[in-house]
Amino acid sequence: MENGITGQAFIYGCSAIGAGLALIAGIGPGVGQGIAAGYGASAVGRNPGAKSDITSTMLLGQAVAETTGLYGLVVAIILMFVKPFNM
Amino acid sequence: MGLFLAGNELAESFMIRGVYKLPFKFLGSDIWITTTAISSWLITLIILIFGIVVGSKFRKAKEIPTGLQNFIEMAIEALNGMADSILGSNRNRFINYIGTIFIFILTCNLSGFIGMRAPTADYGTTFCLGVFTFAIVQFQGIKNHGVGHFTGLFQPLPVLFPINLIGEFANPISISLRLFANLLSGVIMLGLWYGMVPLLGRIAVPSFLHAYLDLFSGCIQTYVFCMLTMVYVNDKL
Repeated sequence: MENGITGQAFIYGCSAIGAGLALIAGIGPGVGQGIAAGYGASAVGRNPGAKSDITSTMLLGQAVAETTGLYGLVVAIILMFVKPFNM
Repeated sequence: MGLFLAGNELAESFMIRGVYKLPFKFLGSDIWITTTAISSWLITLIILIFGIVVGSKFRKAKEIPTGLQNFIEMAIEALNGMADSILGSNRNRFINYIGTIFIFILTCNLSGFIGMRAPTADYGTTFCLGVFTFAIVQFQGIKNHGVGHFTGLFQPLPVLFPINLIGEFANPISISLRLFANLLSGVIMLGLWYGMVPLLGRIAVPSFLHAYLDLFSGCIQTYVFCMLTMVYVNDKL
């Protein structure tokens, strides 16, 4: 190829860029978990007696909300280390 | 090529490695004994020894518990309370399975503390756990609803059948990927830390990283896996 860049290097570079773009998925879970934690805190403030129930519900919801971000992480790791597009 | 050379050397520290190659082939591919297999055998051994010790302790259980008996009774009560909050009166039918996977996953997640690569950071392990959950959920659905379990896929409109089918098969994939990706991110963070910092920096900070990534994340994910398994099972009762 031109400028001495081999096709292999080009694919690796594009994979790295793709891995970086895949981690944009981390924005969503961050916002979602923050909202869940905020409402959890205000719920504890209103009803301190139900603290353990609120905490377990909040953690369950946060863990489920985290899933999409983790999918992004898995895609990034596959692009970086498994290298599915080797020539 | 040069771009990824550093990445490859670094990757050596947190990837799954083959330790021993078995002398035969299965379906035309080599079979390796990996670090995952060895550490899960060790963990099974640890749980087995712990179970034998606790069993012999409880054969002469005392009216007023002390020491180990106290701890075990507290743990069992906490586990029963967790199962009660979702399953209610059906708790006794599922507590064996839930308790087993809870203890196994918790020990796996905490095994990073003694320097093992956590077996749950391998998709093979977590996918098997997800398949177990899927099998139990489907079995309960067929047992309790009969044909209605399959016709339920065409509710509320027959057009929605593909989406319902995907929703059914996405459950085991999503719970297994969640556990796997959380543990893998912990292993990679620690691998990067141990691989990149100079010798002095390895002493103080990893204790914090271990506390967050292994202890906190591992316990939360164990809890979430068991809770979601119970929620899925409870839907089919």
